[in-house]
Amino acid sequence: MGDKKATREAYAEALVELGSERPDLVVLDADLANSTMTGKFRDAYPGRFFDMGIAEQNMYGVAAGLAASGKVVCASSFAMFATGRAFEIIRNSIGYTHLNVKVCATHAGITVGEDGATHQTFEDVAIMRTIPGMTVLDPSDAPSAKALVKLAVNTDGPFYVRLGRAKVPQLYTDEAAAALKIGKGNVLRDGTDCTVIAAGIMVAEAMAAAEELAAEGISVRVIDMYCIKPLDEELILKAAKETGRILTAEEHSVIGGLGSAVAEFTSQNCPVKMYMVGQHDTFGESGKPEELKAKYGMTASDIYKGVHVLMRG
Amino acid sequence: MDYRTYEETAQKIRVDVIREVFEANSGHPGGSLSSADIVTALYFKVMNIDPEDPEKPDRDKLIFSKGHAAPVQYAALAERGFFPKEELTTLRKLGTRLQGHPKMGALPGIEMSTGSLGQGFSAAVGMALANKMDGNPGRIYAILGDGELQEGIIWEAAMAAGHYGLDGLCAIVDWNGLQIDGRNDDVMKVRPIDEKFRSFGFNVIMCDGHNFESLFRAFDEAKEVKGRPSVIIASTHKGQGVSFMADDPGWHGKAPDEGQARKAVSELGGEW
Repeated sequence: MGDKKATREAYAEALVELGSERPDLVVLDADLANSTMTGKFRDAYPGRFFDMGIAEQNMYGVAAGLAASGKVVCASSFAMFATGRAFEIIRNSIGYTHLNVKVCATHAGITVGEDGATHQTFEDVAIMRTIPGMTVLDPSDAPSAKALVKLAVNTDGPFYVRLGRAKVPQLYTDEAAAALKIGKGNVLRDGTDCTVIAAGIMVAEAMAAAEELAAEGISVRVIDMYCIKPLDEELILKAAKETGRILTAEEHSVIGGLGSAVAEFTSQNCPVKMYMVGQHDTFGESGKPEELKAKYGMTASDIYKGVHVLMRG
Repeated sequence: MDYRTYEETAQKIRVDVIREVFEANSGHPGGSLSSADIVTALYFKVMNIDPEDPEKPDRDKLIFSKGHAAPVQYAALAERGFFPKEELTTLRKLGTRLQGHPKMGALPGIEMSTGSLGQGFSAAVGMALANKMDGNPGRIYAILGDGELQEGIIWEAAMAAGHYGLDGLCAIVDWNGLQIDGRNDDVMKVRPIDEKFRSFGFNVIMCDGHNFESLFRAFDEAKEVKGRPSVIIASTHKGQGVSFMADDPGWHGKAPDEGQARKAVSELGGEW
């Protein structure tokens, strides 16, 4: 496996490759092209990149107009401003119209780090998945991010793709990533005592926790739920029946995110003991990403402890 | 030039607005009546459109950013032959294609879902940008309410249209001076809008929104201007054509009862 790499870097690579395959691809940014890395597409295809300035609401309105004219549009900003400030435009002009706009947002979650609470979003998955017809993707590493961005661009309809700032370990080969599908999760490690359903950067944490727990004789299944909507209910049902315990792990509020999505399904179909690792109804603060993950309880160690709580019954 | 045909068409459309809103027992007559002549000018003369081929790629598009005035857009599209006039009585009823605010794809001629104010104009800027990229001669028209200009996204969109020199875009402000809570000047003063648009790089044209000679001259001028977008500020009266609705914000979003509807239709020269 290769070096650590941020999912936003993989996004830029995917855009540049898609640029030649899809002459109808247009990319928009809101004065963050160097941070979201859409600048790489701008440099390769200057005629199909438009900086919309620091005006996220209009950027998503313009994206809707471009898509209504036959373009496929990737429009990027930080996750906070893309989904927060522009929510109602995304809902009414992109969701209600089911237009071909991909909201590809970077700098999601606590690992934004030093910029602090105003820039750390824990709500984006929750609000995006309430929009009917919106597909929500939360890739765990660079190869899967690249493959999923390509899948999003080549699949009709609105998408939310959650991307990160920090470099993360590689979990997939390019070949394995190419096999990922919309509406599916992926079992990265099999186990029988408990299932950890994770998304984004928490998948690597889950793999580390599972390794530690295995040494103690606890067999943990790890699912990379890179597609949070539509949710792979079949895979969850199987995990609930076979392992009887589910821990969810996300770099997002436990209110409305992956944990909630899983609980919405299990509570109605296969009630199972659950434990949720994520941001617990509080704002973040400035700090190094690793320090913040530890302080706010989003590490392998928090997953390890959570599995023990579930095992104690 | 004889403008009588257009005036008669606009009055027919106004009659249909009253019928639609009366049948629905809800909707927005005031701002529909103020836009009726603008809409008539666009759909019956200015725009390159074809009801037989509503999606032809080089067509002009009209985005009704003040989507609450849907009754007048529906009435005009039906009058122009985009769908049967009988369907106008289904406005706002369960299962209808005539949603309370326009829904893209539900009816031919509806190019964008609008109604949440400001968003239609933003999408219109995106459409004008797409046409510029593709060398498509289709022009994009967007009708904005004056109260709608209080939305921040309007000025974000205006900035972008000016920045990218979108001369295929023509905004029309239906300047009737009233919004739900009263006069624009009392609720939230947005004037002077000519100077605001000009400062964002627009060619600004003033016109009488109830005079076809003035409207056609404005649209002709807008087509001639290259390198920057145009905005036509059309002076209008809310409730135009119906004496008891004219210039009264109380008729922004209220349906007439049968007596009022009969009187309105009669004043507009229609038959009940």
